[in-house]
Amino acid sequence: MKDQAGSVVRLAKPLRAWLQRFALLSLIGAAFALMLLGKADSLLLERVRSAVVDTVTPILNAASKPVATVKGVIQGAQELAELRAENAELRARNERLMHWQMVARRLEVENESLRGLLELIPDPLETAITARVVADPGGAFVRSVLVNAGTRDGLQRGQAALTGMGLAGRVAQVGQRSARILLITDMNSRVPVMVGAHRERALLAGDNSDRPRIDFLRPRVVVLPGDRVLTSGHGGVLPAGLPIGEVISVGETGVKVEPYVDVHRLEFLRILDYEMPGLLQPVQGGQ
Amino acid sequence: MRSGVWQRLDLLARNLLPFVFTIFLITFGMVPLRLPEIAPVAPALALIAVYFWTVYRPDLMPQWAVFLIGLFQDLLSGGVVGVWVLTLLLVQLLVRALRRTFVGASFIAVWMIFAMVALGAEFTAWLLNSAFYLRLVDPEPAMLQAAMTLAVYPVLAWLFTWAQRAFLR
Repeated sequence: MKDQAGSVVRLAKPLRAWLQRFALLSLIGAAFALMLLGKADSLLLERVRSAVVDTVTPILNAASKPVATVKGVIQGAQELAELRAENAELRARNERLMHWQMVARRLEVENESLRGLLELIPDPLETAITARVVADPGGAFVRSVLVNAGTRDGLQRGQAALTGMGLAGRVAQVGQRSARILLITDMNSRVPVMVGAHRERALLAGDNSDRPRIDFLRPRVVVLPGDRVLTSGHGGVLPAGLPIGEVISVGETGVKVEPYVDVHRLEFLRILDYEMPGLLQPVQGGQ
Repeated sequence: MRSGVWQRLDLLARNLLPFVFTIFLITFGMVPLRLPEIAPVAPALALIAVYFWTVYRPDLMPQWAVFLIGLFQDLLSGGVVGVWVLTLLLVQLLVRALRRTFVGASFIAVWMIFAMVALGAEFTAWLLNSAFYLRLVDPEPAMLQAAMTLAVYPVLAWLFTWAQRAFLR
């Protein structure tokens, strides 16, 4: 009896070692299979991802609030110290802005009347959903954030995410109550843009640095530092004319853009619900 | 009999602790701190957890746990699914191969070896990402992440040691 048990153990040990090695091999194989599946752009993987993010979002939502509060208190104390100086600066800025407001009003009226003259088709209506940024994965290869709104709030893939300063990114993946915003600095982000006073068309391409570059600019087009970069609206997904940033350097390595939005300090994002009427009409009737 | 069931449940909970702890760590590591001056790239907390537990308590960090931790990290961070799965599995494989080295090693020594492991892991992740996108991805954030991870290691190691003493004797 004792002998028998001993021989079983003697047999079981190499078997277990072999099984363990086999398990490791199959896990490594599974990892490669997952990467291939992702390369094939599988819908399944996206669904699993959305489900996982959906599950975790309430936790992140709860956790991000106290962090924001603590940050707010610290910031409040810092601001208190600089109140006087800031007040003076704000007064000066207010005066300047009042002037700009007057100019804008005048231009708005003028624009309206000119549009009326031309019988221009008005841009489609936009509605916005405001969502809190609940997670910033901070990975080495991805520039994205998670927000606490999803399909149940009306979010869809491709919609623009803005702050008050300008375009921050686009909705890349939506769950029921969460969504991932791919920032304009991510290496997979491509936004059709207009550059400078002549509104030259180009493509804003992220490269994981804080300053995306401009691609596909026509040859012999002169772009200078300080030129504004706006969305062009080509492709019909993003509205035209959203501010993105300013050209900061033009050199051998390409044209670099400094975004207006500080992608490291996103707190709330406005997601624009923008649909081009007639462009993507659902197929009606039988096929 | 009843106490047996409870004992088993208790044991199971204790054995699962490092895994569950790591999942929570990854989740809370993603809470936006908005401190770009300090942390432009977040440290790879999962890497620290897998390394630490494989060095000190390999019985509590089985292969399936490493697989799930990597998968969770990949899914939540929005990166290429499979990259951290593979990287973490390879890290575990390496640490297990080096088992003899860790016997009686001082904290500093374990930390120094972690420096190599972190660099190697980030390089692997960079390589896999580059292969996935078929172009050379900017390696700088990965190297920065390795440095951040190395800097955070002592804090987490202290936390894990405390957890081990408190719950896993």
